[in-house]
Amino acid sequence: MNVAFFFEVLIGGLLAGVMYSLVALGFVLIYKASGVFNFAQGAMVFFAALTFISLVERGLNFWLALVVTLAVMVVLGIAIEKVVLRPLVNQPPITLFMATIGLTFVLEGLSQLVWGSQPHGLELGIQDVPMEWLSQSTGINISQFDIFAAGVAGLLVAVLALFFQYTRIGRALRAVADDHQAALSVGIPLKHIWAIVWSVAGFVALVAGLMWGARNGVQYALTFIALKALPVLILGGFESVLGAIVGGLIIGASEKLAEVYIGPMVGGGIESWFAYVVALLFLLVRPQGLFGEKIIDRV
Amino acid sequence: MFYREAGQFKSSYAEDQQIFPIRQDRIGITALLLVVFVAVPLLGDQYWLSAIFTPLLIFALAALGLNILTGYAGQLSLGTAAFMAVGAFMAYNFMLRLPWLGVIPSFILAGLCAAAVGVVFGLPSLRIKGFYLAVATLACQFFVLWAIQRWGWITNYSASGVITAQKMVILGFPFDTPALKYLLTLSIVTLLALLAKNLMRSETGRAFMAVRDMDVAAEVIGIRMMHTKLLAFAISSFYCGVAGAMYAFCYLGTVEPEAFTLDLSFRVLFMIIIGGTGSILGSFIGAAFITLLPIFLNVMFGGISHLLGVEIPHAVISNLELIIFGALIIFFLIVEPHGLARLWQIAKEKLRLWPFPH
Repeated sequence: MNVAFFFEVLIGGLLAGVMYSLVALGFVLIYKASGVFNFAQGAMVFFAALTFISLVERGLNFWLALVVTLAVMVVLGIAIEKVVLRPLVNQPPITLFMATIGLTFVLEGLSQLVWGSQPHGLELGIQDVPMEWLSQSTGINISQFDIFAAGVAGLLVAVLALFFQYTRIGRALRAVADDHQAALSVGIPLKHIWAIVWSVAGFVALVAGLMWGARNGVQYALTFIALKALPVLILGGFESVLGAIVGGLIIGASEKLAEVYIGPMVGGGIESWFAYVVALLFLLVRPQGLFGEKIIDRV
Repeated sequence: MFYREAGQFKSSYAEDQQIFPIRQDRIGITALLLVVFVAVPLLGDQYWLSAIFTPLLIFALAALGLNILTGYAGQLSLGTAAFMAVGAFMAYNFMLRLPWLGVIPSFILAGLCAAAVGVVFGLPSLRIKGFYLAVATLACQFFVLWAIQRWGWITNYSASGVITAQKMVILGFPFDTPALKYLLTLSIVTLLALLAKNLMRSETGRAFMAVRDMDVAAEVIGIRMMHTKLLAFAISSFYCGVAGAMYAFCYLGTVEPEAFTLDLSFRVLFMIIIGGTGSILGSFIGAAFITLLPIFLNVMFGGISHLLGVEIPHAVISNLELIIFGALIIFFLIVEPHGLARLWQIAKEKLRLWPFPH
């Protein structure tokens, strides 16, 4: 076995895992604050990326398009809170889950209706090529773009951490995540908080959409990355931002390694389910995921 | 005359325990069965029978299977399409390799294979719950589809993974017209629905419901958790497997693995949510709603474009349909979160008191 090749696969997997984490983050934010398992996160990623690229293609400046898309995502977040979540308050989680699947259809239809369904290429100015100095000195090929994506993800997590730690709204969000009732009783307006958290999730979706769009092109298949993020979620635990990151790294690395070393033995193409099996094995040991809240049964 | 129990006295245990204790219900169900068994095949044309009624019944059976697992036993599953796929492809294999077996035994064996797969993928349910379990069942969804595409013997080494369902001959009598296929489907669905109805009011069904409502409490009163949960998975997957076999043999004819994607799982899940979880009637109403809605929307848009005299591009229509479909699902969840079957229950209560509501 070639050691350099092993490390190349490992590092490539870890960096791919960061991309999964980007999507999983959006899930975690919403689940923490409102207990909703938001299946529409993938559709939101697609919606954000498609809106952004369409604005850019219509001649808008990069940063202006970014701001406009962000505004659209905030409006979307508020609209979802008003139209979907508020009437469904106090319903069982499965009902809310189904509502977000309905939302997925609406978002997919809406984005393609407005912007058309043809695929777009997205150029962020970073080439998806191996870094020269690294491959020359060690023989390991690591894509420049992957490093960039990892940097963006790190920055995003840092910004989110600062936001949650040091701003008034961030503290309110954490309070709500901790205990709805207690948060309500100290005067935190739950409705506003939900609108805000969906907007923040919209922002995360935009970042994820840009990264994934730049890598695979902005197209309908982008909605399926939600399915890539789900094993990351159950592995890391639904409630934990840290879990989303660590889960992403584990899934990414094991998926790539398995593809290279186990795949040929069973006929290849195992990436569609291997991540789920890894996550399942972890769950058998820790049913609430790596960093999920401990489940306490009360009768 | 009125729809109520008053005046209908039960004088034996057998009477007390019958499936439909109210006389009007019995009359209603008999009339319904007469209509679907006699009137529909006589009056319905080929298109309605083969493209609407047959798939509707098959989806109702799949929804019923999922309802047993999710609605009654409380285990959320997103792997329905996978169990259907197992049923479809195993039925094909049994017919291919053991041709003397016959259609019905092949369907039953295919259902049992699906049940076995269901038990294996139901094992995690002993440790994990809720959405964690739902995501875990996705593993089943992706693994089964992968296996069908990779393991050649399942599709009899067909290059594209597409299989063609064999002709169905039962006791020397060929079932090849839409009406006959419809009748075969209807008979199987009726039988299995009746079985489910009875099962759910037996000890097994009650154990399912106890596990759903509070699993720790159920365990404390002596319900065997492992046995009950795995049984729920087995029965549910059996139903889904038979539904899948009929989906292949009575409806599609030519089946590719892509017919059983995650989308199908979601559709069946929608059926039980819209129809009503924990309700046999709900599975049928939900299946009817989800199957008919796209057809209705299609006809509606056809009418609108005809009315306006403009040709609406196909892409626009399909996107609008997607939006309306999603919006309607949200709408129904908001106005009737317990499903359409709940409306029937409310109507029943109202009828009981009518015309003196106090």
